[in-house]
Amino acid sequence: MKEIVKTAVPMREQPAGERIKNFDEVPFGYNEEEAIKEASRCLQCKNRPCVSGCPVAIRIPDFIKKITERDFQKAIDIIHETDSLPCITGRVCPQEEQCQAKCVVGKVGDPIMIGRLERFVADWELKKGLKIPEIKKRNEKVAIVGSGPAGLACAGELAIKGFGVTVFEAFHELGGVLTYGIPEFRLPKEIVKAEIERLKMMGVEFKTDVLIGRTLTINDLFELGYSAIFIGVGAGLPRFMNIPGENLIGIYSANEFLTRINLLKAYKFGEYDTPVYIGKRACVVGGGNVAMDAARTLIRLGPEKVYLIYRRTIEEMPARKEEIHHALEEGIEFLYLTNPVRFIGDENGHLKAVECVKMKLSSETDESGRKKTLPIPGSEFTLEVDEAIIAIGTKANPLLQITTQGLKFKPNGQIEVDEYCRTSLKGVFAGGDIVNGSATVVTAMGDGRRAAMAIEEYINTKKP
Amino acid sequence: MSAKIVKMEELAKDIFCYEVETPLIANKAKAGQFVILRIHQKGERIPLTIADFDREKGTITMVFQVLGKTTLLLSRLRENDHILNILGPQGNPSEIKDFGHVAVVGGGVGIAAIHPILKALKEKNNKITSIIGYRSKELVFWEDKIKAQSHEVLVYTNDGSYGKAGLVTDGLKEVISREKIDRVIAVGPLVMMDAVTKVTKEYNIPTIVSLNSLMVCGMGMCGACRVTINGKIKFTCMDGPEFNAFAVDFDELKKRLNSYKEEEKICYKKELEKC
Repeated sequence: MKEIVKTAVPMREQPAGERIKNFDEVPFGYNEEEAIKEASRCLQCKNRPCVSGCPVAIRIPDFIKKITERDFQKAIDIIHETDSLPCITGRVCPQEEQCQAKCVVGKVGDPIMIGRLERFVADWELKKGLKIPEIKKRNEKVAIVGSGPAGLACAGELAIKGFGVTVFEAFHELGGVLTYGIPEFRLPKEIVKAEIERLKMMGVEFKTDVLIGRTLTINDLFELGYSAIFIGVGAGLPRFMNIPGENLIGIYSANEFLTRINLLKAYKFGEYDTPVYIGKRACVVGGGNVAMDAARTLIRLGPEKVYLIYRRTIEEMPARKEEIHHALEEGIEFLYLTNPVRFIGDENGHLKAVECVKMKLSSETDESGRKKTLPIPGSEFTLEVDEAIIAIGTKANPLLQITTQGLKFKPNGQIEVDEYCRTSLKGVFAGGDIVNGSATVVTAMGDGRRAAMAIEEYINTKKP
Repeated sequence: MSAKIVKMEELAKDIFCYEVETPLIANKAKAGQFVILRIHQKGERIPLTIADFDREKGTITMVFQVLGKTTLLLSRLRENDHILNILGPQGNPSEIKDFGHVAVVGGGVGIAAIHPILKALKEKNNKITSIIGYRSKELVFWEDKIKAQSHEVLVYTNDGSYGKAGLVTDGLKEVISREKIDRVIAVGPLVMMDAVTKVTKEYNIPTIVSLNSLMVCGMGMCGACRVTINGKIKFTCMDGPEFNAFAVDFDELKKRLNSYKEEEKICYKKELEKC
């Protein structure tokens, strides 16, 4: 029996005091020696619980074994069998809740750092130059709506199968949430560009500034000769709290704030033309990854104080542990069990304060299985802030529902699909957040891959 | 997509008209819709109303006034130049049916925006009275195009240098005093649309305004263009741009339009100084 090494090889990262002055990536990634040392901790268990924890079922012990053998090419090839965007998933997957949560070593010490190892081999391949598999071309074309993680994964898979693939993106840049949403310090845009470049090399065609539902409809796509369509448009509209004062100047949805910064580079205003307001004292409302992204972006842009207001406790926060840890390290002050009740403005309509109420957790749970929260009467207090970011989630964009006859939706506006990502319309498939609500990059990717397989099957069995 | 400028014209001082080749947008465009465009790699996204479209030629027409850096840079483009990114047609089309007698009020570049609405209303056999207002004579444009789509046109300038002296609301009151008006549609500066709404509310005439909120995405994902309609948050790009005028919180929107006044000034000044 192999001796268990209980402590993981630490990841070197930028110190908090340094990194809040830049947008560079925080963790540096393992070098070869670190990766091999960490990979050697893996017990190579027979029953492979880690694989069952992975939404795309990467053969984890196999690629880890290849790392110990210094066969990095084989390691990345194994990952590529089921994961089209490993540079991205290696960085943004919540591994601690997925593969690493099931790791046997994790029961006695630190689990194997699977995400870091995945990132290591993916980055190794990127540095070395991407290898494109040999592709046998087919005549049929598939249209993909949206260039976020679901769309890119689906495109990659279909391209390997030989289909002509066109991806339609409404923004002027590709990548969806990977580009406009996740900040540079968590996912460098160069990495997203490289993954898209790989797809282009495989023959995938990209069309920006096309909004399906307005510029072209789903029906138009069939008329243009596409045999099947995959819808991966993401979660869409930002939610607001619907409390007084929410339209004051200085209040943004997280989507707007992050889009201004990440997509339009408003933090380089002067060189770039898009402005963004940066206050002296700011607050972010919410407890998910997007809230952490917004708060950590803010602290890099200069406010004296950044609060994170969350109505439950750190225990219930949906954000990744690592993000919470990084946010706290960077000096963001978390106000737990707190909820805004109104925003207060000055005579010019600019935010100057937020009134909050303290909350308590009830023993009852809500439909999401989390404890319900109740306001504590008389506990109201005012916090001086001149900027607020609302990061309480998104809901489905109704555009496709309005413009696509026969496509079935759930009452919450999400598209109805079966286990093969098939919608109510023949030849139309869907996946990612437009089906699941706000989930993770890897879930969306998993949907994209499954849809690609279903699309292949659909086209192969379709009568001429 | 990018789009080639096939025709450009300076209609009046600092007011430009561009016809651009964009077959997909032209094919779907309807009265009341807009496009989002960006003209260079570090540029911002701005909305512009579609002032005309020709499905056969595959072109749309946009009219804009130079007000800031982006419109200044746009005004420097010439025929055969390309607009880097153009997205559309965005927003809901105008509600068009046989309303009876419609008074259509346009102010400034909003006059270009009412043009396709007039065309569509005319096709549905409405009686149309257009009331258009300019600051002064040298800013007058498209009077002929508006006349071609209307049964009657009242032209106002603020300083009286052309047409009648006064505001479009003076014309609107005059028309209301002599004829029954079934619907009012107003497109122009926010103060004008607010003033029109105050007049029509008095007479309880159904009124539609097309809001010119600041926008970033133009497709519902950001909420920069949010407005308060009947006490609820609505997005101009997804739920509008046209709204029931009586439900709009104009004061809030006026303030929101000033969100980046300082930044806009800095950007514009820097660009002017470059020449």
